Amino acid sequence: MKRNYLFEILAFTIIRVLSAMVILVLLAILVFIIVRGASVISWEFLTEMPQEGMTKGGILPAIIGTLSLVAVSIVWAFPVGVMSAIFMNEYMQQGWYKRLIRMMTNNLAGIPSIVFGLFGMSLFVNDLKFGDSILAGSLTLGILTLPVIIRTTEEALVSVDQTFREASLALGATRLQTITKVILPSAIPNILTGLILSVGRVSGETAPILFTVAAYFLPKLPSSLFDQVMALPYHLYVITTSGTNIEESRPMAYGTALVLLIIVLSVNGLAYSVKYYYQKSTSKN
Amino acid sequence: MAKHCIEAKNLNLFYGDFHALKDINIQIEKNTVAAFIGPSGCGKSSFLRVFNRMNDLIPSARISGIARVEGVDIYSKSANIVELRRNVGMVFQKPNPFPQSIFGNVAYGLKVNGNYSKNQMSEIVEKSLKQAALWDEVKDKLNQSAFSLSGGQQQRLCIARALAVQPEVILMDEPASALDPISTAKIEELIYELKKNYTIVIVTHNMQQAGRVSDYTAFFYLGNLIEFGLTTEVFTNPKEERTQNYITGRFG
Amino acid sequence: MKRWGEKLVELILMVSGTVSIVAVILMTVFLFREASGLIGHSAVEDDMCVAVNRKNVVDKISAQELRQIFDKEVTKWSALGQTIKSEDEDSILLFRVDDIVQYYNEEQLGDSLQYVPKLVSALIDSLPGILAFIPEKYISDEFKGRKINVAPLSTREFIFGISWLPTAKPAAQFGVWPLILGTLWVSLIAILIALPVGISCAIYLSELADWRWRKIFKPLIDLLAGIPSVVYGFFGLVVIVPMIQNTFGLPVGETALAGSIVLAIMALPTIISIAEDALRSAPQAMKEASYALGANRWQTIYKVVLPYSLSGIAAAAILGIGRAIGETMAVLMVTGNAAVVPHSILEPVRTIPATIAAELGEAPQGGQHYKALFLLAVILFIITFVLNLTVDIISRRRNANKN
Repeated sequence: MKRNYLFEILAFTIIRVLSAMVILVLLAILVFIIVRGASVISWEFLTEMPQEGMTKGGILPAIIGTLSLVAVSIVWAFPVGVMSAIFMNEYMQQGWYKRLIRMMTNNLAGIPSIVFGLFGMSLFVNDLKFGDSILAGSLTLGILTLPVIIRTTEEALVSVDQTFREASLALGATRLQTITKVILPSAIPNILTGLILSVGRVSGETAPILFTVAAYFLPKLPSSLFDQVMALPYHLYVITTSGTNIEESRPMAYGTALVLLIIVLSVNGLAYSVKYYYQKSTSKN
Repeated sequence: MAKHCIEAKNLNLFYGDFHALKDINIQIEKNTVAAFIGPSGCGKSSFLRVFNRMNDLIPSARISGIARVEGVDIYSKSANIVELRRNVGMVFQKPNPFPQSIFGNVAYGLKVNGNYSKNQMSEIVEKSLKQAALWDEVKDKLNQSAFSLSGGQQQRLCIARALAVQPEVILMDEPASALDPISTAKIEELIYELKKNYTIVIVTHNMQQAGRVSDYTAFFYLGNLIEFGLTTEVFTNPKEERTQNYITGRFG
Repeated sequence: MKRWGEKLVELILMVSGTVSIVAVILMTVFLFREASGLIGHSAVEDDMCVAVNRKNVVDKISAQELRQIFDKEVTKWSALGQTIKSEDEDSILLFRVDDIVQYYNEEQLGDSLQYVPKLVSALIDSLPGILAFIPEKYISDEFKGRKINVAPLSTREFIFGISWLPTAKPAAQFGVWPLILGTLWVSLIAILIALPVGISCAIYLSELADWRWRKIFKPLIDLLAGIPSVVYGFFGLVVIVPMIQNTFGLPVGETALAGSIVLAIMALPTIISIAEDALRSAPQAMKEASYALGANRWQTIYKVVLPYSLSGIAAAAILGIGRAIGETMAVLMVTGNAAVVPHSILEPVRTIPATIAAELGEAPQGGQHYKALFLLAVILFIITFVLNLTVDIISRRRNANKN
């Protein structure tokens, strides 16, 4: 009896210590980058072109590049993903085909991002002759983020009460009317969560853009879909590993990491607060 | 010596601000079956769970008053909660076998509580399964997963699991509500058998069931114990009008 | 009119519905297409060939032998398992086209080098021990030497070959074994670190934590799952790498261990999140039944909750491994990228994804190197496909069991 008790204490102590360690390490990463990066960030850093072998100046083209990649990839992937989820959840019967689609969606989510990069390069850059361009990069990033959008949308649709559908159909509405007038409005908050999450995902990915769009150093802003751009994550990678002067560009690296972190975390934070807020407001009813 | 096996004095239970049980006083004799009846939310299940301190698991639950099992004040500081729970078996509403073999389920209480040899363990497992009238159906597949049994069998397995630690009292929280009529009849028969060796408290929604299996009946309403007495008395000649109304089906 | 509109929209929905399948199929097709033609072809550049003196009995040579000869690791024909009579025929004389100027002057070569093929042919004929690496087009009917075949790359050689020298001349070496080992070492050690820690954290969150702590931890961990991998890689590079270098007194801190630690940190949020969901799915009634039999909290967790959620935890582990194997940027930044068979976790290693990311930029499209990198991507694709299918099967079984 006493042994059992001591064992319990021991096990719980280990669990608590390990959990505390996890939180500490993860917080340490955040704090480290925030502290080191904060002194670098200034208005000039955000609004100027990089200078002197990327050891001075700002990161404006990388910020603009990332934003344009996010915008273009979401513009096509979001509607396609949502429609895909609607079709799966509202039109398809349970069966092998639905299972296959779901399996493929999960598979797509698990494929390493570098593989997406290779695929994007061979299809968009080479075969379709888009060259290294925002278009090629965004198409690649869009495919990468499709499973995120499809899965969150599907969850959102599943959580809509079945009686809503039946009630609407019983009033003589068509399937499509039911979807647009009843189901989508009540699923919107969760679908938005998926949208925001995929924005976060797209802005942080590096491997898929390595060979489809990212420019090492390009001190000008893009003017068309067929331009190459710099991007924040790639910029961070470049100036920490293969810049012309790695030591001197360290402060720039901290600054870039912080900007990237702020974008991704605030986007994800927004997604979760939408989700938690929505959960709260529905659980009250 | 006290022949009262279970006893509550001025017992109050709160969930946060909600006053779930109000000044309950009750004494249940040894080797009898007591049924707790009443409409949903009346506190009968909460009261049942007082006696093996299951309410401890709910962070907001507070309790005052005295509860005794076999004369021991179970909420006193010196009470050994593990010892208590061994002494008081519990059977839940839905069959809830562990993700283990049939044998493993019945032996679980023995394994967590002390050192039993393999032989002792199999002896006790066999005895408990026999007591629960399940032995003949499972003796050839003790190593199979407990989930392979039917719902009724699973529930009897859960009873066997409770019996294996040789408790004095068995608490049953609507043990037959998730079962078909044939399985229900088997469980009721079993309760009748077990009465010889155990004190049983059963919470039930089913009035006929209470009438069939119990010696004493307690009627709860809105956290109050309205009436407690011999089942025959409570059912045929209730003292309180609310009991009468409930039993005859005017509300509930 | 309205009905037609609706039909059209539904058609569009249906097409969108297949987008995942189309994407996976397209990826399969393109990866295989770009990778095809590596296995079964000799690793020598397309328009080049290897020739020897006619008297030489060698008729086939492997890419690896060719490299050894070029690196002067092998200098005798007999070392290649040939029986050669005289000493002077035995020593290998390596000849590249550029070496021609050592034998002939500019006048002899002609104004536009038009006599070179003939001279090369004569040279090969006169030197019994020669091994010439020359353009294919020099071989004509009057050629006095003998062209020998370079053995094509076999699947076995590709997978188990121990040297990855994709740009080596004259024959690139495509042995993936060091990369496979590097990938496995880094990701398995990462999982060995992350799994126990992650499960502990999940147990803490689902079973022990106060609801107030839970309310802070859970979103924090969800949030950290979104940190981009380059940021983890950057942190690893500036913090973990020097730490390892100092702790173990190493010449460089970029090691397999650094990669594993960074990957473990990255995999934690995913593992914690999935494992916690699995643990919380254990029914309250089952836990109560365990307490009711006198088990304490740890016994209940260990004997009831963990076994119940085992399949969910297994799914978390497999997904974690999949993540780790495919992770590119963070690993690229901290593992040192040496394509050699690793002997200890304190040595630099190179993983498959890191190799692709580091080398594809320099590999000419359609060349051997390019194909080899795509073949690596195919390997990654297959590995993750299998892992995902496993998770799929596990979770399907799990759902079937519950109902």
